[in-house]
Amino acid sequence: MPELELGPVWLSLQLATVTVLVLLVVATPLAWWLAFTRSRARTIIEAVVAMPLVLPPTVLGFYMLILLGPAGWIGGAWLSLTDTTLTFSFTGLVVASAIYSFPFTVQPLQAAFEGVGRSPLEAAATLGASPLDRFWHVASPLALRGYVSAVVLTFAHTLGEFGVVLMVGGNIPGSTKVISIAIYEHVETLDYAQAHVLAAGLLLFSFIVLFSVYTLNRRMPLVRV
Amino acid sequence: MSTLSLNVTLERPDFTLRVDQPLELAGITAVFGPSGSGKTTLLRVIAGLEREARGTVAFDGETWASASAHVPAHLRRIGYVFQDGRLFTHLSVEQNLRFALQRSATSGPRTSISFEAAVEALDLRALLPRRTPSLSGGEQQRVAIARALLTSPRLMLMDEPLSSLDVARKQEILPHIEKLPGTFGIPVLYVTHNVDEVARLAADVVLLAGGRIVAHDNVAAIFERSDLGAFTGGLEAGVVLRAQVAAFHNGTATLRVGKQELRVPMAAANVGSTRPIRIHARDVAIATVRPEKLSIRNVLTSRILKIETGANLNVELLLDVDGEHLRARITGDALEELELSVGREVFALIKSVALESSLGA
Repeated sequence: MPELELGPVWLSLQLATVTVLVLLVVATPLAWWLAFTRSRARTIIEAVVAMPLVLPPTVLGFYMLILLGPAGWIGGAWLSLTDTTLTFSFTGLVVASAIYSFPFTVQPLQAAFEGVGRSPLEAAATLGASPLDRFWHVASPLALRGYVSAVVLTFAHTLGEFGVVLMVGGNIPGSTKVISIAIYEHVETLDYAQAHVLAAGLLLFSFIVLFSVYTLNRRMPLVRV
Repeated sequence: MSTLSLNVTLERPDFTLRVDQPLELAGITAVFGPSGSGKTTLLRVIAGLEREARGTVAFDGETWASASAHVPAHLRRIGYVFQDGRLFTHLSVEQNLRFALQRSATSGPRTSISFEAAVEALDLRALLPRRTPSLSGGEQQRVAIARALLTSPRLMLMDEPLSSLDVARKQEILPHIEKLPGTFGIPVLYVTHNVDEVARLAADVVLLAGGRIVAHDNVAAIFERSDLGAFTGGLEAGVVLRAQVAAFHNGTATLRVGKQELRVPMAAANVGSTRPIRIHARDVAIATVRPEKLSIRNVLTSRILKIETGANLNVELLLDVDGEHLRARITGDALEELELSVGREVFALIKSVALESSLGA
């Protein structure tokens, strides 16, 4: 039995966790806006948000490589601010993953907020609740299942990404070499035993996560994916 | 007495609300009118839930909306009871009530309403630990009313709170609504399209049609005005009288109207209490001499105040009964044959008295 390489596993979990956290902060206001706005710009924004769903990861990775590279305007600004490059670094991976997984956070949240609707929020307003109060104590608890969906889908999707990571992050152990890249490398070097351990591990992990969510869903109808 | 000054316009693709009138509010004021007349929209404008509304809204000298300012709904301290209750499904009954209590403004001249008082008033003790989706429609509305009360509002807005309920459930809630102004001293604007609810609950009526206020007066005056029939539709010609229960015996109540009496079958009545009764114009017949040997038990001596020509060759008479008013609908032929004229004393034969029948009395 070959030994499990913990480096890529640990890195993948870190990347997925950080991506989920970043996206919850960034996507929640946007999902809220999309759910409640009457602006005509909504359709355009929705289309843009959904782009990562249809674009090949290589296309997305290619543009991000340009944008995040030292000559790109995001990567250049980052370089002058922090003296480090975004490409081929963990931070760069987080940025790329966040963009790649964006629709997986925005869409469930938007659907959940739309499901909550204006009614309970109006009721809360007449009871003296400020907008932030309404968000925290009415909309968020009522949208809980949307949050669970968003977290699970974003986490799993980030774990499974490959193309974007390869384009933007490359294959640097401890920094950008996540599970999917490690598997690819093992297969390339015909080290099937190691590839098996990681692939089976990811398979099992994904199954356990989804199984837990569906079980939870059955017990607590509030949490539905 | 509170004053609600309104000078607002709200344009919608299919409809415009345009209200420019100060409303003196005391007790329960019904906002009555056909569906689509803008009743709910008016309430939402007052509550601050319609940001597109233009103009000014002021309550007791405090400006809620003007060209330069808009006090958001959560700072207006109004209690709003929605047609559909809108309880928070993620909270229990008690938590719903506490949600409002925790956010009620503790400052201000008005004494705040306590949790106990609201629970008591709406009889909610047994429901406190329940989850809200498991409540019946009537129970949900009782919780919604208590929740609105717990904000210690300066004004209660109620949007057809009974419309989704059956007669038995309405009956369960009506007494609670009836006593709100008296118990808590809060003026209530009560939207409804049910004429029986108007008769039962309201002291005043704001009549709304096509997005405008067409009349604002006390209930009796509104019911008397035959010229409003076209606007009200469902508001059948007749009058509402507030009659005092003089006696109650074997299912029959004796009600005092002016110096005279009406005997009306009733399930129950408290002697000394005042009951609103509605008498349709079509249920009142006229005799010029006091009739004898008649199945109709209720005959009131009255004087003709006004004779108006109605639809279908009918004539409507406005009668004075010791200061109270009554309407009678008779045919034009009868008018001529009986030689009726203004000022003449006649006997009003009342075939039936409606005790808010659809509300179960």
